[in-house]
Amino acid sequence: MTPPLLDIADLACRRGGRKVFDRLSFAVGAGELLVLVGRNGSGKTTLLRALALLVRPEAGTIRWQGRDIQIDPETWRAGIAWLGHLDGLKGDLSVRENLLAAERLRGLRPPEDRIDGALVAFDLTALAARPVRALSAGQRRRTALARVLLSQAPVWLLDEPLNALDSAAQDAFRIALSHHLVAGGLVIAATHADLGLPTARRLELGAAP
Amino acid sequence: MSGIAALMARDLRLIWRRPGDVTVVLAFFVVATVLFPLGIGPETNLLARVAAGILWCAALFASLLSLDRLFAADYEDGTLDLLLLAPWPLELAALAKCAAHWIVTGLPLAILAPILGVAFGLPQENLLALAVTLLIGTPTLSLTGGLAAALTLGARRSGALLALLALPLCVPTLIFGAGAVETLTTGEEFATYLAILAALALVAVATMPWAMAAALRQAGE
Repeated sequence: MTPPLLDIADLACRRGGRKVFDRLSFAVGAGELLVLVGRNGSGKTTLLRALALLVRPEAGTIRWQGRDIQIDPETWRAGIAWLGHLDGLKGDLSVRENLLAAERLRGLRPPEDRIDGALVAFDLTALAARPVRALSAGQRRRTALARVLLSQAPVWLLDEPLNALDSAAQDAFRIALSHHLVAGGLVIAATHADLGLPTARRLELGAAP
Repeated sequence: MSGIAALMARDLRLIWRRPGDVTVVLAFFVVATVLFPLGIGPETNLLARVAAGILWCAALFASLLSLDRLFAADYEDGTLDLLLLAPWPLELAALAKCAAHWIVTGLPLAILAPILGVAFGLPQENLLALAVTLLIGTPTLSLTGGLAAALTLGARRSGALLALLALPLCVPTLIFGAGAVETLTTGEEFATYLAILAALALVAVATMPWAMAAALRQAGE
């Protein structure tokens, strides 16, 4: 059996003086979807931010392909696509410019047809030239998801990906998600909604006091 | 390197899309300086003597005025997370953002100042000296103010706090910037002042990006 791609051992995080979780250990392999569930304040977002190295964990190790991600954070960062509860889009740039700018920030130059592909996947082609500030919340979320899809990163870290999405967009997201998993990608998503994938593993985080 | 260029290009494009933000800063600079002759009165000798100090102070205020949005906009829309996650050093990202800020404020201020200096009756060589000192000094203002902007990220009344933090740190630049122009009248060595001004700028380039990156990581937590 091959070792899991992502291995988390004894992770502990503290927010505002309070321990959100402690001694959290789990592993995620290629093609796996891990859904983080738990009540508000149970630490789903904190865990995602710790995995993205945006929050410094108090204790524990995160290993990617057997190596501690703290040793070589830049390789790890290059391999993750992030969707926070904020969309991470610039209101004054168009949908297409936002996708392009996000990829360029990662030091990459995506070819036009791949951008077109990401736009088509989330039915954004007609909106491509529209500035993001003129979009609805759901359309913005779709743009943010298209950014994740475009990144071609093996690891997706998603915080409430279905927020504000209508049912057609939710279906589009599920299709993109399944394709990513079939291609050997790895997804960790915090959500209250049902992602609708039977293969998903669930990780229940402790309830807030 | 391509990430830094991309970030600068993105920021410049965003500023280009909202030219009002820069125009307001430059208009503030013009209005603030023009108020002094009105307040002091039309004594050409006096005005010419204080002109460098006034123009330098106004330039300092103008560049601080625009700095509170430097990181706040990225913080509010979530793109700061994307910067923190970019697979290249955050220090360079901070430097790139300050460089973009300097291009749209420091540089135009250095060009505008000699034109306003004419209204103060500054002699021609002083006008040139003023432009040169601002060209060398304003990058320090952008970087120091950038640190204050990063430190006050997410704070309430961050604009006032930013000014309070940045102004004392900008004092050496102000002294040697305005002082350099004065040397032309007092007969001191202009080059010495200019060298100190350049040294301050180099120290800022060498230290501020690290401090800004640390403050931004803290804000991201």
